[in-house]
Amino acid sequence: MRHLLRTPSGVIGLALVAVTLVIAAVGPAIWGQEAETVNAAAALQGSSAEHPLGTDHLGRDILARVLAGGQFTVALAFLATAIGAGLGTLLGVLPAVLPRRAGRLVTGAVNALVAFPALLLAMFTAVISGLGAKGAVLGIGIAFAPSIARLTQTLSASVASADYVAAARLLRVPRWRIATRHVLPNIGEPIILNLTAALGSSLVAMSGMSFLGLGVQPPSYDWGRLLFDGFSRIYVDPMVAIGPAIAIVAAGIGFNLLGEALARSVARAPVGGKQAVGKGAAMPSSGEEPVEGAVLSVKDLTVTFPDGVTPVRGLSLTIMPGEIVGLVGESGSGKSMTANAVGGLVAYPGVVTAGHMSLCGEELSTLSEAKRRKLLGTSMAMVFQDPMASLNPALKVGGQLAEVSLVHQGAKRPAAWARAIDRLRQVHIPDPEKRARQHPHEFSGGMRQRAVIAMGLMGTPRLLIADEPTTALDVTVQRQILKLLREVSAEAGAGALFISHDIAVVSELCDRVVVMYAGRVVEELPVADLVDGASHPYTKALLASLPDMETDRDKPLASIPGHQPSPADVGEGCAFASRCALATDRCVERPPLTRYDAAHAVACWHAETRKAEVAIG
Amino acid sequence: MIIEGMTVRFGTFTAVDDVTLEVPPGSIVGLVGESGSGKSTVAKAVCGLVPYTGRVEGLDPRRIQMVFQDPYASLNPRMTVGASVAEGLSVPKARRAAEIERLLSLVSLPTGLAGRYPRELSGGQRQRVAIARALGAEPSLLVADEITSALDVSVQGAVLNLIRSLRAELNLSMLFISHNLAVVRYVSDVVAVMRKGRLVEVGPAEEVVGSPKHDYTRELLEAVPRLGG
Amino acid sequence: MFAVRRLIRFLVSLAVLVVASFAMIHLIPGDPIRAALGMNAPPELVAQRRADLGLDDPIPTQLLAYIKQLLSGEFGTSFISREPVGQIIVDRLPNTLALAALATVFALLVAVPLGMWAGIRTENGRNRGTEIGFTSTTGAAVAVPEFLYSIGLVVVFAVTLGWFPPAGRDGVISYVLPILSLAIGPIAMVARVARVETLRELSTDYIRLARAKRLPASRLYFRHLLPNTLTATLTIGGLLLTGLIAGSLLVEYVFAWPGLGMRMVESITMKDYPVAQAIILVYGGIVLVVNLVVDLLLAKLDPKSTIKEA
Repeated sequence: MRHLLRTPSGVIGLALVAVTLVIAAVGPAIWGQEAETVNAAAALQGSSAEHPLGTDHLGRDILARVLAGGQFTVALAFLATAIGAGLGTLLGVLPAVLPRRAGRLVTGAVNALVAFPALLLAMFTAVISGLGAKGAVLGIGIAFAPSIARLTQTLSASVASADYVAAARLLRVPRWRIATRHVLPNIGEPIILNLTAALGSSLVAMSGMSFLGLGVQPPSYDWGRLLFDGFSRIYVDPMVAIGPAIAIVAAGIGFNLLGEALARSVARAPVGGKQAVGKGAAMPSSGEEPVEGAVLSVKDLTVTFPDGVTPVRGLSLTIMPGEIVGLVGESGSGKSMTANAVGGLVAYPGVVTAGHMSLCGEELSTLSEAKRRKLLGTSMAMVFQDPMASLNPALKVGGQLAEVSLVHQGAKRPAAWARAIDRLRQVHIPDPEKRARQHPHEFSGGMRQRAVIAMGLMGTPRLLIADEPTTALDVTVQRQILKLLREVSAEAGAGALFISHDIAVVSELCDRVVVMYAGRVVEELPVADLVDGASHPYTKALLASLPDMETDRDKPLASIPGHQPSPADVGEGCAFASRCALATDRCVERPPLTRYDAAHAVACWHAETRKAEVAIG
Repeated sequence: MIIEGMTVRFGTFTAVDDVTLEVPPGSIVGLVGESGSGKSTVAKAVCGLVPYTGRVEGLDPRRIQMVFQDPYASLNPRMTVGASVAEGLSVPKARRAAEIERLLSLVSLPTGLAGRYPRELSGGQRQRVAIARALGAEPSLLVADEITSALDVSVQGAVLNLIRSLRAELNLSMLFISHNLAVVRYVSDVVAVMRKGRLVEVGPAEEVVGSPKHDYTRELLEAVPRLGG
Repeated sequence: MFAVRRLIRFLVSLAVLVVASFAMIHLIPGDPIRAALGMNAPPELVAQRRADLGLDDPIPTQLLAYIKQLLSGEFGTSFISREPVGQIIVDRLPNTLALAALATVFALLVAVPLGMWAGIRTENGRNRGTEIGFTSTTGAAVAVPEFLYSIGLVVVFAVTLGWFPPAGRDGVISYVLPILSLAIGPIAMVARVARVETLRELSTDYIRLARAKRLPASRLYFRHLLPNTLTATLTIGGLLLTGLIAGSLLVEYVFAWPGLGMRMVESITMKDYPVAQAIILVYGGIVLVVNLVVDLLLAKLDPKSTIKEA
């Protein structure tokens, strides 16, 4: 309820529906008498103080008739909706119960009928059952049934294919129990929400039928019939038609807005997007000189969202030309957000700050917008996790590559296409001339990832950012893509930031590893030292929990108790302390990332002693 | 349990092609393969979730249980953990609560979770609940389909340890399906390698990994990323 | 392959429609001729009419005769005016189609840019005000039926302001109010769909990649976004056109538009069954053809949807 009242449309919808229902409940009792009082002397009057909406041909007050007619109107709408819901649910459930063929026939019929406008179906029924409220209600009910049937079918099909229903089947839970415990509760809510809106639609449709003279017949009257009566006088006394029209509009809008607000209030809150380009680049907070000669130099990078969620906390990173740096962490560690921040792709409410952030020696925050676009567009290439989603399905692969040259290098179309084909060849796509003219759906997963990499090579990439580029691929394809990435960065002399949850993959590809935990770097070391030289307890636990081909099968795998704090509630001290066997009182204070030698840095109070142990032992 | 000559067709596409595989009592058979190899279809067919030709013999088909890949889709969001676990139980009502507690502690979950809803649990905890639910039916075969691939590495270790300790404690037979050869090797006694619907190699885990006979197994082994390159 | 299957489905639906329109007359309880001519009609006349229409023949013979008649372009004769129904359709159908087609084009031209604009503006929950305004306005606009828009427009622009003729078909200016009445609801509906589609597409990896390529906004939105939102919009557009054809019934009635809908309402009220039957058949046929064309068009535009269908 509180959710419902949060949006103006929910409040308006609720208010309109409440008024409609109150009028329907008490209308005939209060205004019924007046609505039927014939006064020939006052016939066919326009709007006046005594009769705000005028009178009809028998001198009856139209306002009273509108207020008294609400009950019949709403009742007819409820009846039509009930018929539609009953029939629709039945049709929707039938395919699940009937033998396969008969079921498919029902589904086919429902699909064909859904495409038919409800009004047309209602007219068809009206012809058969003759003029009158009965025929119209039946017609509208029948006309609504196919769409409700379809909704029921889609919903129950999606629930019936859910894993928990499969599990229940395996547990030999009886059919009726699966229906009542698993299927119904999960489809009931959306169906009921839909019926709220359907009530509005049937009220409006019923009024339409009455307005055409095909629905309610005198001496009965509903809002549609009153509109029918008033319509012939519209040129003389518009008010006599406007009264019932407003009643229909208000009720129709009310039920519709309420249904929608209800649907919104039960829908899960949308997960914050991660993709949009943030307007401002890194804003300088405290400057320190960027590292000389680095392709990427970032100092104190922080990403925050308005609700206190801070996925990246003061991260510093340097990547030299030709160097491949692996960024490792579990889900929620902030590694992907780091990639987005470096690529300038942090979503709208997110704010990126950094001491400095420079690409190829150019400080990004001081560049003009146009220069920054060009620099990022040509010097930085990005590869994402899902190759199926990374290419635009509507455009030819070659065109998606060529546009980089068209936009940033001012190349002509033939030259841009020639370069695109050349780049596709460079990533070992066979028959690149033909492939360039194909759409992405004609490519396999590995092939698409190659095309995305080729896209990054259209400019003169100095930095390659690859965010879990092989996670969605098979191991044999992963191997090929890793090889390609190494080859590409070596040829172009570009630096690469390779983000992965898999420390083994990182160790195969990268020169240096940066381990992230709860938004911060906890350790940074050369890959060669990873197995023996890691000194942060988290890094060590991560390494130990990963089974490989030599893991002792008789010993339990290491695992880390507890879980990583979410980006919203990382505390003051060491974020890993609560899961750490070495944690002491000192860990309430956060250990700084301390550099032990040129290549090795650790953020742990206990690493120093461990370092010493290693040196002695 | 033995699968004999199992074939699964979807229209003209043959997903599983004449697979014969034995799961000896009390052992874990690991089925490994890449996407599209048909390994998950074998799991579904064994459980009777897809129609197949061929035979599955040597056990009561009603005593096969399955644990699924996605811990977020395998629990009904509108049922408490306790209610989900209770689904497969055939004990009298009076003993139900005690049985739920026993099952939850069997998978090393605090018994207090019984009243919670799945949305309040982490991925690893949900996967434990799914395992507890399956164990409640006292299965003679447990089919585990990619049960750790949606989990973080640090959590994966704990679930794998659980699987191994359950086998030791309950003498459970298991068909363990994964794309990750290292994971399959760690938990399984026997490893079967699948490719394009066919079994290409079956043997004791150390043997398949140590001295692979089939080219494809070798290719797969070489592709496994290793620490330290 | 898809086209052939779709064509077969179309023919089956058409056959069902023909049989349904035939059955309609026979499903009317009692004697439709008696009902149409009234209780006081002389029994000889009723018998004569029944014989004329072949209503005394066995049902299969009647159905066969009906189909033969349709194939030769004959639709029977009006009970009331004695006009050939075929002529009524030829005279009136173009007026209805003109209205529906113009309204559809107008609705799409306004709604798609509007929805895209709203989507781009409200991405990731920015501009909450725009979002609330857009969703409540369109939510309300969708709920108001065409005939009430037409009454409102007539009262304001024809009766009160006198800018447009209140009824009839007379020159370009007489199209304005009917088209507006038909288009407002669909504009709201399509704009919502276009916004949701836009938001969905904006969150895809390929848009993220296009942004990483630093494409200018115009290229990003028109070349990358538009084609992908069009598929869903076109599907809705098809539904829209068929809905508009039904909506035109009521709008024609309000504006006394000399179209088929107006005539259909009259014929149902006056129990002129041959006319009602033929017009329902024509409307149903149009719906089937529109759906067929939209599906074929979609298959051509979006290669993925064909694959999904198969």
